[in-house]
Amino acid sequence: MDLLALEPPGWGGNLLRGLLNSVIIAVGAFGFGLAIGIGGAYGKLYGGPILRDLLEVYTTIVRAVPELVLILILYFAGTDLINRVLEALGYARIDINGLVAGIWVLAVVQGAYSTEVLRGAILSIPQGQIEAARAYGMAPMLMMRRITLPAMLPFAIPGLANLWLIATKDTALLAIVGFNELTQETRTASGQTKAYFTFFLAAGVLYLLLTLVSNQIIARVERWSRRGMPSVSGSTR
Amino acid sequence: MNVASAASPSAGQTAAEAIHVENLHKKFGELHVLKGVSLSARDGDVVAIIGGSGSGKSTLLRCINCLENPTSGIIRVNAEEIRLKADSHGNTVPADRRQIERIRSKLGMVFQNFNLWSHMTLIENVIEVPIHVLGVPRAEAITTAEALLARVGLAEKRDVYPAFMSGGQQQRGAIARALAIQPRVMLFDEPTSALDPELVGEVLKVIADLAREGRTMILVTHEMKFAREVATHVVFLRNGIVEEEGPPDQLFGAPKTEALKQFIRTVG
Repeated sequence: MDLLALEPPGWGGNLLRGLLNSVIIAVGAFGFGLAIGIGGAYGKLYGGPILRDLLEVYTTIVRAVPELVLILILYFAGTDLINRVLEALGYARIDINGLVAGIWVLAVVQGAYSTEVLRGAILSIPQGQIEAARAYGMAPMLMMRRITLPAMLPFAIPGLANLWLIATKDTALLAIVGFNELTQETRTASGQTKAYFTFFLAAGVLYLLLTLVSNQIIARVERWSRRGMPSVSGSTR
Repeated sequence: MNVASAASPSAGQTAAEAIHVENLHKKFGELHVLKGVSLSARDGDVVAIIGGSGSGKSTLLRCINCLENPTSGIIRVNAEEIRLKADSHGNTVPADRRQIERIRSKLGMVFQNFNLWSHMTLIENVIEVPIHVLGVPRAEAITTAEALLARVGLAEKRDVYPAFMSGGQQQRGAIARALAIQPRVMLFDEPTSALDPELVGEVLKVIADLAREGRTMILVTHEMKFAREVATHVVFLRNGIVEEEGPPDQLFGAPKTEALKQFIRTVG
């Protein structure tokens, strides 16, 4: 157990820092992915034919390519592309922060999935409620904020909850590009000490705890989002 | 031609025209639903639109606030003409989004299926448009909303979500929501058609009260007896044209056209 001590020579501190990085990336990727998803869902539902086609290409490709491959492509090709553009414009190359790149890469992946989750949820809203908002003179942005998004939430929560849990675990894929998230820290620690079992078990427990805490929060959000709906089991909450 | 502006006897010549519809056409693809309908409502008028299924009566009502975009024709609300334009697909759409939003916010629409917002409590439904569209201060909106809920007999349902209310309660709540915007005209789209028979009465009573206090209303309905009682002017639509119109006693008492006679016989 000394190996897991928070202070060096223990590696516990490193593992917790890795967990924190993982959580930051997951939060960032899920948040930006959600923003992309809202834009994507609206574009697919209400956009012109060209926008709809472009979004179809985006969601199809991202969902067709294995995430690991996408991460490699987006991480290396993406940073290279940005630097080439910068050089072409006469700026110096920049060293792209691993955290920012990780968030960006996973957000692109998450965005494709949340586009579909949110599109389905918006389609599930009883149309009359949207129509009532139009009939009372709500402008499109106001309608989105006050009616469409809150009304679709109960239909979106199960799908979004899945996406969040996937996001927490997809952070592990960033180990491959050398980012110091939980899995990478675990590899480093176990490689140095040869205590593979101890460290991977510890990492597994940390991932499990993250999921359990997430489930608690998701359950609360779901209860809140369904406040206007009779419970499925028949009793009134 | 339908000279609807020959208006109802109860509305004096001095009352301003609240709704004016002229030569309205509406096509859904090949289907020609409205074939040149004209309609007029002055302040204080209660215009009942009756007709069989598929006659175009709901479509006519929904064209007034452009929930359906008319294919051609003139619509004036408060003497302001809704500007229409052709979009890239050749459909007619409102030319100015802000104009149509402003006009809509003066028309209190009540739907067949209530359409209360399910994620809001009853009072939140009633204050939503006043606060967020009309810019009424929250405290003032709540005071008004509470008075309206009391008026439609739902004061104790203030904090209840629509899904936990009966159809009749939801529809009375929807009427309170419409009243909260202090509408120039109330539009009712078959407000009792989705209700269980025993709940129809409570909703009709609320509507009748509104008619008595001189509110301008356009009412699409299947309730003939009710239309005869509250309307100042009745329009009978058939196959997308105004087949016959006039004061209720004349239309129901002495229908001129064979179609209306038959309609009254079957609907009773």
